[in-house]
Amino acid sequence: MATIYLLFIVLLAAFLGFELIRKVPATLHTPLMSGSNAISGITLVGALVASGADHDLLTTILGTAAVTLASINVVGGYLVTDRMLGMFKKKNSN
Amino acid sequence: MTIEIIINLTYVVAAGLFIFGLKLLSHPASARKGNFISAIGMLIAVVATLLDHQIITYQYIFAGMLIGACYGGWKARSVQMTQMPEMVSLFNGFGGAASLLLAWSTVLSIGVEPPGSSHHTLLVTLLITLLIGGITFSGSVVAWGKLSGKLSSKAFIFKGLRELSILHLVGMVIAGIFFISEPLNGLWLYVIIILGLSFGLWATISIGGADMPVVIALLNSYSGIAATAAGLAIGNTILIVTGLLVGASGLILTNIMCKAMNRSLMNVLLSGFSKPIEQGEVIKGEVKILSPQDAFYVLEAAQAVLVIPGYGMAVAQAQHAVRELQTLLEDNGCSVDYAIHAVAGRMPGHMNVLLAEADVPYDQLYEMDDVNPRMENYDVVIVIGANDVVNPAAKEMKGSPIYGMPVIEAYRAKSVFVLKRSINAGFAGVDNPLFFKDNTRMVLGDAKETINSLIKEFSD
Repeated sequence: MATIYLLFIVLLAAFLGFELIRKVPATLHTPLMSGSNAISGITLVGALVASGADHDLLTTILGTAAVTLASINVVGGYLVTDRMLGMFKKKNSN
Repeated sequence: MTIEIIINLTYVVAAGLFIFGLKLLSHPASARKGNFISAIGMLIAVVATLLDHQIITYQYIFAGMLIGACYGGWKARSVQMTQMPEMVSLFNGFGGAASLLLAWSTVLSIGVEPPGSSHHTLLVTLLITLLIGGITFSGSVVAWGKLSGKLSSKAFIFKGLRELSILHLVGMVIAGIFFISEPLNGLWLYVIIILGLSFGLWATISIGGADMPVVIALLNSYSGIAATAAGLAIGNTILIVTGLLVGASGLILTNIMCKAMNRSLMNVLLSGFSKPIEQGEVIKGEVKILSPQDAFYVLEAAQAVLVIPGYGMAVAQAQHAVRELQTLLEDNGCSVDYAIHAVAGRMPGHMNVLLAEADVPYDQLYEMDDVNPRMENYDVVIVIGANDVVNPAAKEMKGSPIYGMPVIEAYRAKSVFVLKRSINAGFAGVDNPLFFKDNTRMVLGDAKETINSLIKEFSD
């Protein structure tokens, strides 16, 4: 039953994703990609448990490596997206 | 139990913030706020997870986060806007690798559980995570290498590539079956990881540089799907929802890129396997070369100018010079528009970011379908480092490899200036009949230097 419930979430989230992203204008497609780099760093949440749950050495090493890589995505992704979006200006705003 | 409820409630809030953040990304004026809201969502999701009582030791977590944050922060500050395709590729790869490592460590820690039907579901999702994560990682590293010039951007093809790919797919199925029946046998785990990594390598290395926008968008999608699969494996809903948002985003961009090239996704992915198409007709004629001085006289009299940038503008770093020329033209009473083709540059929206960096307002940037109907109104079209996206062969020559691709119809303007380093075929190896049109003039030389000499003429 738990699997069915998860698949239900998969279905709804996929539809929502398509509807949301479809509305992003072409001019923002690069920030959209770097922003989704940041969001896909959500793997960090799963990696935290793997890294800190005090399993054997190899598991901890793998978990910590995953934490490091996901943190790069989260921090780097959000910062570079912010930097880019700060450059987009309307004609008479400056 | 109560802590678990708090964590899951926080995830609901975080998911809501991600969704709201993406919604604000639908307009340039609100996009920055959207990104910030999304970041808040990420922060609270991470903080809540740290409360999980499965976590006993914190020193490795904080060490990993510190290293990652420092590297990511440094990269975000130091990257040049022309290098964004490389950076996004690299980050796609990190996302894939993180999912791969997470699945790997999960396999090691669940090995002792008793077998059962839910056990099999778990193993299947772990298998999928390992494969997609591996393909995303190695594919992205190859794409990064090609975009940054560390690898040749040409498609790398050899005999037997098709057989090698099929062999990989068969191997994945066989190793997958063994892995699910004997999860404690480490051999199958490693075989699967190696197969995924190796498949990503061969699948990407056979795709040429001009198709990179499609590849980056697709790998972006994979990195999200890998996170979703990892979420299914560890039963974490925030990973599932968020991964799918990214997966959907990548797929939509992939689709837009393919449509803009009038090709199917399969055609792009298997492009390395097809034989080069014989050129149907040989274009004959003479190109007319114009000096920057003469180009200046035409521009001085122009009322409406359209700039069509391409990857060559990024290579020459000419965006700031273009902006300077725009100001001079506008001061001279001329209107300046920009036309951006969806596949101009090496990633979706690449040109828009470069022009934004040079302070070109985003409301002066138009898509192909906006400028084509009023092309006749432009006195001068300046093509900077673009080739295929303005190639009339897409409309006129049935035998051309790009026949049917929607292009910016620059040739319908009163006159066209093509800024080009030298006269030879563009990236796709297609001859461009635009260069031979009566109203086309070639201004040869480095794009940045050419524009700078135009600027000089204006100030004299």
